[in-house]
Amino acid sequence: MIEVKDIHKSFGDAHILKGITTTFEKGKTSLVIGQSGSGKTVFLKCLLGLFSPEKGEILYDDKPYSNLTDDEKRNLRAEIGMVFQGSALFDSMTILENVMFPLRMFTKQSKSEMEERADFVLKRVNLENAHHKMPSEASGGMQKRVAIARAIVNKPKYLFCDEPNSGLDPKTSIVIDNLIQEITDEYNITTVINSHDMNSVMEIGEKIVFLKDGLKAWEGSNKTIFKTDNEVVTDFVYSSELFKKVRQMYLEEKG
Amino acid sequence: MSYLHNIGAYFIMIAEMFPKPTKWSVMRTLILKDIDDLIIGSLGIVAFISFFVGGVVTIQTALNIDNPLIPKYLIGFATRQSIILEFAPTFISIIMAGKVGSFITSSIGTMRVTEQIDALEVMGINALNYLVFPKFIALMLYPFVISIAMFLGILGGMAAVIFGGFGTLEDFITGIQMDFIPFHIIYAFIKTFVFAFLLATIPSFYGFYMKGGALEVGKASTKSFVWTSVVIILLNYILTQLLLSK
Repeated sequence: MIEVKDIHKSFGDAHILKGITTTFEKGKTSLVIGQSGSGKTVFLKCLLGLFSPEKGEILYDDKPYSNLTDDEKRNLRAEIGMVFQGSALFDSMTILENVMFPLRMFTKQSKSEMEERADFVLKRVNLENAHHKMPSEASGGMQKRVAIARAIVNKPKYLFCDEPNSGLDPKTSIVIDNLIQEITDEYNITTVINSHDMNSVMEIGEKIVFLKDGLKAWEGSNKTIFKTDNEVVTDFVYSSELFKKVRQMYLEEKG
Repeated sequence: MSYLHNIGAYFIMIAEMFPKPTKWSVMRTLILKDIDDLIIGSLGIVAFISFFVGGVVTIQTALNIDNPLIPKYLIGFATRQSIILEFAPTFISIIMAGKVGSFITSSIGTMRVTEQIDALEVMGINALNYLVFPKFIALMLYPFVISIAMFLGILGGMAAVIFGGFGTLEDFITGIQMDFIPFHIIYAFIKTFVFAFLLATIPSFYGFYMKGGALEVGKASTKSFVWTSVVIILLNYILTQLLLSK
């Protein structure tokens, strides 16, 4: 579980995060949504420990990040899996080497053990015949799946995804969303996803945190987002005619 | 102010390159890859340039000696001195700032743009140790490249003398053996080690701390070439003053 308590972050005069408090539970897929410039990426980077908040606290399983020693922080990071917006695969390595990378860095497994584990997770993300391809030879969807495989290969306790569906077609986006949710359930990990994608919000948002101008404007789930009267949320989520109709139908159905 | 900031950030980068070292089994692979990319991959261009510039230095010297009282073996002497003292260590380092330096800046800069460095940092890996340290170690073999440049430069001079008819082989060999001061070789290699350090670290600095996209990668590569060359030229002057003046 990750607890965020009143975090603030500024860059020069720009106050980006203005006191966000929320909780991300274990075994649940949590989405952080909001317009561009709302502070989602800075928030995620604070969770990852890439930025230090000026005020407030982030607790990983009740342990405050700021109280951890350098070694403890390093150990914690070995328990974090991250899927970047652009996949961030190492382009000098094959797909298999990319997936084996965390194992090479953090375990003492033999090469055959690492290959076996990497092979297992590649099969888990439905990539069976791409082991020796270079990332540049893989499609966007394949790259995302490799990034997910790399993120989960070392059995992380926390999984973070930054816009996992950006640049993907709707069908592949659903495949990636479902994969992330299945993995979250299967390994009972704490998953936090930054997203713009309303399909993801409706499909896998077991918890949704809506950010606006560096503040938490709303918190709920994909069940409660249909019912909310919060104008800031409805303006953003139901900005398209399609989603307006979907909401209308849902509300009519529920009476 | 930004110059001072950059100088400070450069020295902090060097200090941060050493803690939290990468596992030796991984580091060994990285060092071998960088030796291949930076040292072995540069041998061809260094050999080509050294041989022909050695020849040109010899021809220029020969054409400027028109006084019959000046012995022909001075062509070999002047070629040796030019190549060992300046051409091989300094001129080749400027070329390497373009070849190796821009390669280092663009490869690290591209990793920054495509979030690969963020991926390393999220995993708790010291990205500076992972990316810059192997280049620094690989470039400790740079004196090997310079030795080849010295040898081929003199060989090019010898070929120019023979095939251009500027003198005899005996005169040239007499010239390159004349008044040889072993300290000049030590001086050349001290410079080479210093330049190797600069070639590994300045381009890495510009790649690692770059911000922006593909266009900025190109700009960072150009900046890295300019500043590596400027620092090499400045330190060349300072080291020559310190090591050779009496």
